[in-house]
Amino acid sequence: MSGLSKIVKNVASVFIVPGLIFGAYVVAHGHLTPGGGFQGGTIIATTLALLLVAFGEKSFRKAIGKNALAMLESLALFGFIGIAFLGLQSSFFNNFLSNSGSLFGQSVQFGVNEGNINSAGVIPLMNFMVGIEVASGLTIIVIAMYSGWGERK
Amino acid sequence: MKQAIKLIFFLVFSLFLLASVFTLRPFGAPKHHEMDSYFLENGQRETASNNIVTSIVFDYRGLDTLGEATVLFSAVSGVALLFRGALK
Amino acid sequence: MELIPFLGAALLFGIGLFALVFKRNLIKIAMGLSIIDSGVNLFLIALGYRSNGIAPIFTTAPVSNAQAAATMVLPAPQALTLTSIVIGLAVSALMLSLAVLLFKHYGSADARKIRGLRE
Repeated sequence: MSGLSKIVKNVASVFIVPGLIFGAYVVAHGHLTPGGGFQGGTIIATTLALLLVAFGEKSFRKAIGKNALAMLESLALFGFIGIAFLGLQSSFFNNFLSNSGSLFGQSVQFGVNEGNINSAGVIPLMNFMVGIEVASGLTIIVIAMYSGWGERK
Repeated sequence: MKQAIKLIFFLVFSLFLLASVFTLRPFGAPKHHEMDSYFLENGQRETASNNIVTSIVFDYRGLDTLGEATVLFSAVSGVALLFRGALK
Repeated sequence: MELIPFLGAALLFGIGLFALVFKRNLIKIAMGLSIIDSGVNLFLIALGYRSNGIAPIFTTAPVSNAQAAATMVLPAPQALTLTSIVIGLAVSALMLSLAVLLFKHYGSADARKIRGLRE
């Protein structure tokens, strides 16, 4: 199916960049403010669904490649399980980067503070992986249901 | 006959729901909270994150999140399998 | 009236159950299941509330350090409700795509006319 009229296309292309940036913000600050991987991934998937409805299916397929979404989803789930395996010296899903001084490892005093993004260990990496997986998975569902049952060739 | 069975079942179930609303524990006073008190007192020191809910989801109970990601992945692959003609 | 969250959850469950039992269209049955899902998630969150509580987040919380752990809402039911919402989404997506495929095969969306497994 083709997209909607010219007014809808112009207004929708104004909303896409702030929507994607807001979704990335919610994913990245998951250990400081309410949010996290699942919530931010849904925001990104909703913005891509707006893009699909306004511009039609053919332009969407040309912009985002044929197998890009499926590959992204599988790689993100694989990365999530890989991060969980990296802490296997103590246990599965061990948080080996928190309070350690390396990549995300600064300690936090008890009590109310402003929040330091360098702080929570493995949790921001896991948020990132889960955000990509949820966003691409929901976009695949939306594309599959939008195109109907296609033509059986 | 079938309409009568449906109606009786619906009435019995909604009476059960209404009776349970007025006999539950009072709202705002949870009784067993030893696990949550441990999370609130020690969660920020052990996992170094300000958001306790995220540290429960990804650190203390990470296996549940792994199961949930698997459920989402299998649902997406099931939908892509059913609509095979559209995604060619 | 401090029973409003529990009453709301029971009302949502009742509306979803009415749509599940008494309606014949496949899409309406799928909608009823989704409404039941919302009611159960609301009930799960309402069970973990403490009176005059604040959110369990330490960034700019409006209380002092000493009483922070005593006035925060319980965080464990909220963490498990996240999982429940995602599972409800997966069930709803699969039910709707099955409804679309059944309509394409039988030509009608009436739940009484889909009797291919009976004979």
